[in-house]
Amino acid sequence: MDLNAPHSMGTTIIGVTYDGGVVLGADSRTSTGMYVANRASDKITQLTDNVYICRSGSAADSQIVSDYVRYFLHQHTIQLGQPATVKVAANLVRLLSYNNKNMLQTGIIVGGWDKYEGGKIYGIPLGGTILEQPFAIGGSGSSYLYGFFDQAWKEGMSKDEAEQLVVKAVSLAIARDGASGGVVRTVIINSDGVTRNFYPSDKLQLWHEELEPQNSLLDILSAASPEPMNI
Amino acid sequence: MASIGTGYDLSVTTFSPDGRVFQIEYAAKAVDNSGTVIGIKCKDGIVMGVEKLITSKMMLPGSNRRIHSVHRHSGMAVAGLAADGRQIVARAKAEAANYESTYGEAIPIKELTERVASYVHLCTLYWWLRPFGCGVILGGYDRDGPQLYMIEPSGISYRYFGAAIGKGKQAAKTEIEKLKLSEMTCREGVLEIAKIIYRVHDEAKDKAFELEMSWVCDESKRRHEKVPEELLVEAKAAAVAALEEMDAD
Repeated sequence: MDLNAPHSMGTTIIGVTYDGGVVLGADSRTSTGMYVANRASDKITQLTDNVYICRSGSAADSQIVSDYVRYFLHQHTIQLGQPATVKVAANLVRLLSYNNKNMLQTGIIVGGWDKYEGGKIYGIPLGGTILEQPFAIGGSGSSYLYGFFDQAWKEGMSKDEAEQLVVKAVSLAIARDGASGGVVRTVIINSDGVTRNFYPSDKLQLWHEELEPQNSLLDILSAASPEPMNI
Repeated sequence: MASIGTGYDLSVTTFSPDGRVFQIEYAAKAVDNSGTVIGIKCKDGIVMGVEKLITSKMMLPGSNRRIHSVHRHSGMAVAGLAADGRQIVARAKAEAANYESTYGEAIPIKELTERVASYVHLCTLYWWLRPFGCGVILGGYDRDGPQLYMIEPSGISYRYFGAAIGKGKQAAKTEIEKLKLSEMTCREGVLEIAKIIYRVHDEAKDKAFELEMSWVCDESKRRHEKVPEELLVEAKAAAVAALEEMDAD
């Protein structure tokens, strides 16, 4: 096991617009090869009060990009005298991703709310394309979600519908993708501000063929009547 | 202006004892000697007009433009030394293009003005540069609505409802103050500006002039353009008529 292998976020990341804002969601697994380096990472990172990003791919690359963009956006906000728009944030991410495409390996979803355009999601995959989308998915776990979103996504959802969709989707991807796991984190951004939510693994629904979580065998032995294992 | 610099006016890096930089004030005089330039902010956009004094009968109408588009959504009307004005416009275009390639959206008018004003001011800081001998009226329409700014040779810029520079600026400002701009549409504004320019034009001192006008408004789809030909003709006719009516009293 190579513990010096680059940290990669196998990852499932999602960004969804709803009527009034956006919901960003992600899993929490950071892996170094087969070893889970961090099982509770926070892949949803703040750029400004009203713009957040979901990071996937190389952990180092995505952190550096987000640090630079945060710095540029801060300067831009001071010069402009008002909060930056989501579009500007996404464009700055795109310029870094595109101009350094030979060195970087990171897929980013930019999401936020501004007073001109409302809630917006921009997907910026590996080569530095920028695409404004009503919803975006990324990371290794997203492969399992394309069909799901084709069926489950609809225009004009409420905030709660959108968040539930995101949690369900991340949870489904975690079930199938070995490189995604841990907890589900969501960030909701709208005109009222930002709300962070956290869904531990036991709060998530069990999917097909998933087993109930078992505690240590010792608990079973010392219990009054040992529970037989469910198969 | 009565005062002479006498020794304190040789360089733009010299202050006078009473705290003035004479070179900048002299640059402003270059603007005051040029044809009148007016800009107004109507409820649905900006209208700008220039009294383009014609120096030669052989000059082709429509040449020697004094109003330039800086970006899709904004334009500049220049008064003073025309060559200096060209530099300022070029810089404004470059700033607008650069902002758009970095930030992915059209430059807000306020930001554009600050950048251009900074540049004009820059040229008042070094002894090896001279101040620009022109004033600029910048009008644009961005997501915060229509905005009008004026940039002086000193590098000062303010936001205005109505602004005038050049020979007839005092008379023009008086006329503009009479207008109810917040209720006026740009179509009406075009007629009013034409009337004002014709009125402040001094027949005795200056010979012929050509009226150049532009607007950026809802009707022009928020793009900075020359005022359409038929409207310009209508405006000129109305202005001439208003002048005759005034003379007839």
